[in-house]
Amino acid sequence: MSAVPLLQIDDVRKAFPKPDGSELLVLEGVTLQLLPGQIVGLLGRSGSGKSTLLRLIAGLSRPNAGSLSYLGQPISGPAPGVAMVFQSFALFPWLTVFENVALGLEAQGLPKAEIRSRTLAAIDLIGLDGFESAYPRELSGGMRQRVGFARALVVHPNILLMDEPFSALDVLTAETLRTDFLDLWSEGRMPIKSVVLVSHNIEEAVQMCDRILVFGSNPGRVLSEISVTLPQPRNRAEPAFRALVERIYVEMTARPRTAATGARGELFPGLGIGTTLPRVSSNLLSGLMEAVAAEPLQGKADLPEIASRLQMEIDELFPVAETLQMMRFAEVEKGDIRLLDAGMAFANANVDERKKIFARQLLSYVPLAAHIRCILDERASHAAPMSRFSDELEDYMTAEAAEQTLRAVISWARYAEIFAYDDESAKFSLENPA
Amino acid sequence: MIRRVSPFGFARDFASRWDALALIIVIGLIVFLAEASRGLLEPLAQLAAAPLSLDPAHLPAYAARTTLRMMAALLLSLLFTLTYATWAAKSERAGKLLVPMLDILQSVPILGFISITVVFFMSLAPGRVLGAEFAAVFAIFTSQAWNMAFSFYQSLRTVPNELREAADSLLLSPWMRFWQLEVPFALPALIWNMMMSMSGGWFFVVAAEAIAVGHTTVLLPGVGSYIALAIEQRNLAAIAWAIATMLIVILIYDQLLFRPLVAWADRFRVEQEPGARAPRSWALTMMRRSRVIAAATKAFHAVVRFTSRPGRTRSSYVQHASQAPSRSRDIFWLALVVAAAVLALWRLAIPLVAQTSLREAVEVCSLALLTMVRVFVLIALASLIWVPIGIWIGLRPRATQVFQPIAQFLAAFPANLLFPLAVYGIATWQLNANVWLSPLMILGTQWYILFNVIAGASAMPSELRHVARNLHVGGWLWWRKVALPGVLPYYLTGAITASGGSWNAAIVAEVASWGDMRLRAQGLGAYIADATAAGDFHRITLGIATMSLFVVAINRVLWRPLYFYAERKFRLA
Repeated sequence: MSAVPLLQIDDVRKAFPKPDGSELLVLEGVTLQLLPGQIVGLLGRSGSGKSTLLRLIAGLSRPNAGSLSYLGQPISGPAPGVAMVFQSFALFPWLTVFENVALGLEAQGLPKAEIRSRTLAAIDLIGLDGFESAYPRELSGGMRQRVGFARALVVHPNILLMDEPFSALDVLTAETLRTDFLDLWSEGRMPIKSVVLVSHNIEEAVQMCDRILVFGSNPGRVLSEISVTLPQPRNRAEPAFRALVERIYVEMTARPRTAATGARGELFPGLGIGTTLPRVSSNLLSGLMEAVAAEPLQGKADLPEIASRLQMEIDELFPVAETLQMMRFAEVEKGDIRLLDAGMAFANANVDERKKIFARQLLSYVPLAAHIRCILDERASHAAPMSRFSDELEDYMTAEAAEQTLRAVISWARYAEIFAYDDESAKFSLENPA
Repeated sequence: MIRRVSPFGFARDFASRWDALALIIVIGLIVFLAEASRGLLEPLAQLAAAPLSLDPAHLPAYAARTTLRMMAALLLSLLFTLTYATWAAKSERAGKLLVPMLDILQSVPILGFISITVVFFMSLAPGRVLGAEFAAVFAIFTSQAWNMAFSFYQSLRTVPNELREAADSLLLSPWMRFWQLEVPFALPALIWNMMMSMSGGWFFVVAAEAIAVGHTTVLLPGVGSYIALAIEQRNLAAIAWAIATMLIVILIYDQLLFRPLVAWADRFRVEQEPGARAPRSWALTMMRRSRVIAAATKAFHAVVRFTSRPGRTRSSYVQHASQAPSRSRDIFWLALVVAAAVLALWRLAIPLVAQTSLREAVEVCSLALLTMVRVFVLIALASLIWVPIGIWIGLRPRATQVFQPIAQFLAAFPANLLFPLAVYGIATWQLNANVWLSPLMILGTQWYILFNVIAGASAMPSELRHVARNLHVGGWLWWRKVALPGVLPYYLTGAITASGGSWNAAIVAEVASWGDMRLRAQGLGAYIADATAAGDFHRITLGIATMSLFVVAINRVLWRPLYFYAERKFRLA
């Protein structure tokens, strides 16, 4: 059994074609071996390619290079023995709980009696007795995801793939479902050998996984691998647990090794006009600066701590922190955020002064904002159509990314009052509507 | 970009006493129109204007006339929508009658309206083209107004409570509330329905331009009359020219009117589905940059501001409270409606009983059954063909991008332009008219099935498709448990539209001619067409009333329950 790994992934690369013929690289050089009895977590923010990797394993899409094999056989399509649980539950609304769970067995053409007994057993195992004839719309989110689990387990898969299965649920329901799942797993009552869990919640990954692969983005790749040896059930308040969470934060905020060459590939590749900017509202930026500047933090904060204090997941927190870093309001390193002078000044200023500080940082450190302002200043009409800049950006990025980047700059520029934008005519101008 | 709009604008109950009253009053009104115009039926001189010519050089001018008629009818429909639907939505009392009346009106075959109203309208402007123009515009109006009014009524009833409360707390006058809240909220659905109405309208504009009722024959200059003349003269080349012209006209309409409207109305959508891309239109972008348009909008806003004076500052809740119990008014209103119904019934029953025998009534019903069988068989056949194709296309984004606009375009194209070609074929190969004329009924309406199924399949969440692949669901099991249930609500929307359209088309499809050769299939459509040609108003009324009854009954017994069942069970939550 142990001779052949359940799953062997070697140097996998995945890219999607862009409309202009070039390609968008989402995953590069990923290698992974999955052994029986393990829960492996793929941890990273959105856009790091972890869900893409999960779909490659499920055989729902094909890699551009590299190889994936399941029990020694190359994966060329959806493999029997690999089942999946989805973030959105993905239940068929027109089928009852029973019919949803039975679907996979019907597809295998099993006799009716066996379908019935196995379906009922799965429903029973996952704690759905009594709901057999209910339709998904009649169930709460937690119960729906239980159906999702039962539907995946009923086919007796070797590998269970879970794509952020708890992130659409409220905190309490998610916690109940996680512990129920871990209980069944540790008691060996589930007919599965191994689990791959995609998550962007660091604590969830530490709580559930035996190994965690931390993913970085642009392009998606494995930054580091962390093995978790804490005994189950794990206590989130335990110092060892906290230390591990802290360590992963540090890994995820680490400056890439290429920083010395001047290219900061991880956060904002290129950092010229062609940098893709995240859509982060100025409210969030000032909110985070205020929170870090306030007592008792006084300008320096531990990211896990500030995340739990502001109830933000890393997916929400990281883009804000990185935008502050890009505008030189703050430094993010080793799992900490530290406000720079501009950040402290901003946090302590009144509304008008804040706008002035923000405008200064925006024009100094976001080349696209400075570029647009410069063009508008040069033109006699002090106006320019949006296409003037989106065409320019599309030399560097996809049309969607260009749109997102321009929207981000527009919202910051509006706050800083450095230029105006009229959505009706899609025009930039220096006119102030007031 | 397709949004689905419920074809049933109101309550789910099977029928109420208001339905019966509404039915009687609607048919009574039609009879009244017929009666009023019969006395005025004098032989009118042929159109003194220059006779129509088959020279293709005239086609642009004819197309312009046709387009103008469409515009006029659309404006009329809009006016009707803003008043009728508002009245129905604001007054509980009036709504009880107005809403079922709308449903009945929706079921009256539109071509029936022409035959009855043309003489009436021509009497308004005797001897002049204007009267016939009125009749044609009115016919197009009847093909557009009802579903627009329904959509507007539905929107008015579903304005989100918070927005309503916000308007209350800002003390908006009813007039301001209407223009600042209710109309903008209703616009996206209304514009979508206008687009659907236009699709249907082209069919009827072509039919309405060449009017022949009894001794009255009018050929209004337009693409429809051009076709009629081409048929009379057996000129295939002229028909090809007309088809090409129509293609271009519809394309221009789409690009210059509806694309910009849809893109513009997108901002009024209250709930934005994530991921759905905002519709775009080059024409709109152009207009937004134009100074002329900017000046026009400014003028419009000035008018809105000028008329938006603070009115009586009473909130809608206070109004409701003060108006609540008024039994005497209720009773008065009910008495009025019943009186109207009795009057209508009297006008309806006496001439019908006097002029038609029971045998004829039975015969008309059996003809209606024949047409019904035709419609159902054709819908079934079209579904068998287009549902699998639509699903195949809808699951492939690239194919969807190519075929979806084509299907929508084909739905808008007036299929009656193609009838002569079919008749020519039937005559040439000596085919059975009873069988081979039937497909003409669905020629133009089958596309509704196709583009709705495409929309349904492309709206299916990719995760559901992934589950099916992950569980190795394939073959018949995939169709049965995944694909067909997934598109069912969309398919039903398409099938309902197609069925309604096919009943309407029956009047022109069951009787077709090519030169002096005339093909005829047995059916209610042919009965109405014959009665129209003979100018026999009692038979027209009988035929139209029977058809309306059948369409209403089929909607209530079959489509509506099916639709709500599918909405409940198959909706993707």
